[in-house]
Amino acid sequence: MSIIFNHVCHSYDTDTQLKTDALKDVSFKIDDGEFVGLIGHTGSGKSTLVQHMNGLMLPTSGEVYFDGKDISDKEYSLKELRSNVGLVFQYPEHQLFEATVFEDVCFGPKNLGLEKKEVELRAFQALKLVGMKEELFYQSPFDMSGGQKRRVAIAGVLAMKPRVLVLDEPTAGLDPKGRDEILELIKKLHDEEKITIVLVSHSMDDVANYAQRILVMNKGELIFDDTPKNVFKHVNELEQMGLAIPQVTYVMHALSEAGYDVSTDISTLPEAVTEILRIKNR
Amino acid sequence: MSLIKSEKLTFEYIRRDEEGNVEGITRAVDEVDLDIQQGQFIAILGHNGSGKSTLAKHINAILYPTEGSVWVDGMNTREEKKVWDIRQTAGMVFQNPDNQIIGQVVEEDVGFGPENLGVPTNEIWSRVEESLKTVGMWEYRKHSPNKLSGGQKQRVSIAGVIAMHPKCIVLDEPTAMLDPSGRYEVIRAARALNDVEKMTVILITHYMEEVIFADRVLVMDSGKVVMQGTPREVFSQVEKLKELRLDVPQVTLLAYELKKKGLNIPDGILTTKELVNAINNCR
Repeated sequence: MSIIFNHVCHSYDTDTQLKTDALKDVSFKIDDGEFVGLIGHTGSGKSTLVQHMNGLMLPTSGEVYFDGKDISDKEYSLKELRSNVGLVFQYPEHQLFEATVFEDVCFGPKNLGLEKKEVELRAFQALKLVGMKEELFYQSPFDMSGGQKRRVAIAGVLAMKPRVLVLDEPTAGLDPKGRDEILELIKKLHDEEKITIVLVSHSMDDVANYAQRILVMNKGELIFDDTPKNVFKHVNELEQMGLAIPQVTYVMHALSEAGYDVSTDISTLPEAVTEILRIKNR
Repeated sequence: MSLIKSEKLTFEYIRRDEEGNVEGITRAVDEVDLDIQQGQFIAILGHNGSGKSTLAKHINAILYPTEGSVWVDGMNTREEKKVWDIRQTAGMVFQNPDNQIIGQVVEEDVGFGPENLGVPTNEIWSRVEESLKTVGMWEYRKHSPNKLSGGQKQRVSIAGVIAMHPKCIVLDEPTAMLDPSGRYEVIRAARALNDVEKMTVILITHYMEEVIFADRVLVMDSGKVVMQGTPREVFSQVEKLKELRLDVPQVTLLAYELKKKGLNIPDGILTTKELVNAINNCR
């Protein structure tokens, strides 16, 4: 169960003057159970890339394989792909529409053609999984807070029982606590439910704290594909792409410039604390 | 004289069920006293639903207080005939750039505000030029706003407000939908307005890093102002901010953790430079 991109290119408006290459020869493999961070400037091709993962877009050239099968194949069932790879868009709460939370979460599995009992069981499990209290199940989703609505929207995707969950900027517009709650939920889905996670984010701090591997996109090309530590070593390149490195990494660089013998490939707060205490011999 | 002043400003929403019966009352803003001087840079923090935006909407008379009063440049927002003067004094920029741009060309969009104020044509063009230059978007004046990035659109929105020559600009989470470089552009434009143009800026945000330059930070919770002070004073209280569902800048948090581990580092470190100096100075 893996996702393979093999020399994937995607162009918009081919055969016209306006032809733009949104993806240029992108190749990588995501294995079962990984937690991957995807970062890139606005317009770098992140969203185009993500939409290839569940067949909303197909490559102009090259292939995308899911579970060993080419998704561009005529016989390939895109419906099955979409139940396996769940996509949570930016501001997913804008897509809520039903009168109650529970009905909204039922919508996905209902469309898979499942029996009513199974649909409701899945909706129940999904809402439990995102930590929604039972007394809120029959409330209107529109009366809820931003963070709660977002949980309902994520539950709607989880009810499809995807094996891969792709989240596009899931914390945008949330307050710091709401942001931490959503990230902890994603971590739980990864650690306990063994769902493969692809987290698209602008926040280097979030990605550094949660992802095991980072893909960096720039102008349609995959520039880096490595561990957070190795990716954040490329401070200058990342800044030129309009990206930033985690704040604590900046501190380590500043200490190094001030003459301290510190390692600069540190990207999380606990690591930075340990390293600074070390140079101070504590 | 203070530019924006409020006394016991309270705002209540009446919740109704489907038949229109009153279900209850939510107090979104609860007896807030504000006193903002001309030329200050004020930041307002608070978790989702703490009443920040409701408070902000009182500053240019989109909402009126249920109890208490708000004065903008000496005008009470309750005086209906002053509404346009108030909105000309305090302009507002919202979160989503796509909801605020109406022109087909950048310069037309920016000219829309002054045009509606009845400013003479020549004067409109000079205001458009000066506003676009202030936010660094002059070279895009002939572009279609649709083709701009989020940060650029937001700067055009800001130019549209400053072309009306307000004394104060309220930015309600202007960077929430932007990427890091877009955020940087917008904050830089906001700071320039304050530093160079001496305009009063009120910035509402969830990004703690954006408020470290403010003159004063207000923290809201359940409609009340629960903390206020300089960024240093506010961010020294890490635990209290966490209770309020907020954060401190990562650098401040790192300094705080180091201090807990016994390093002799002062409270309320705000920048990388300050932290490096503090580490240098501790034995």
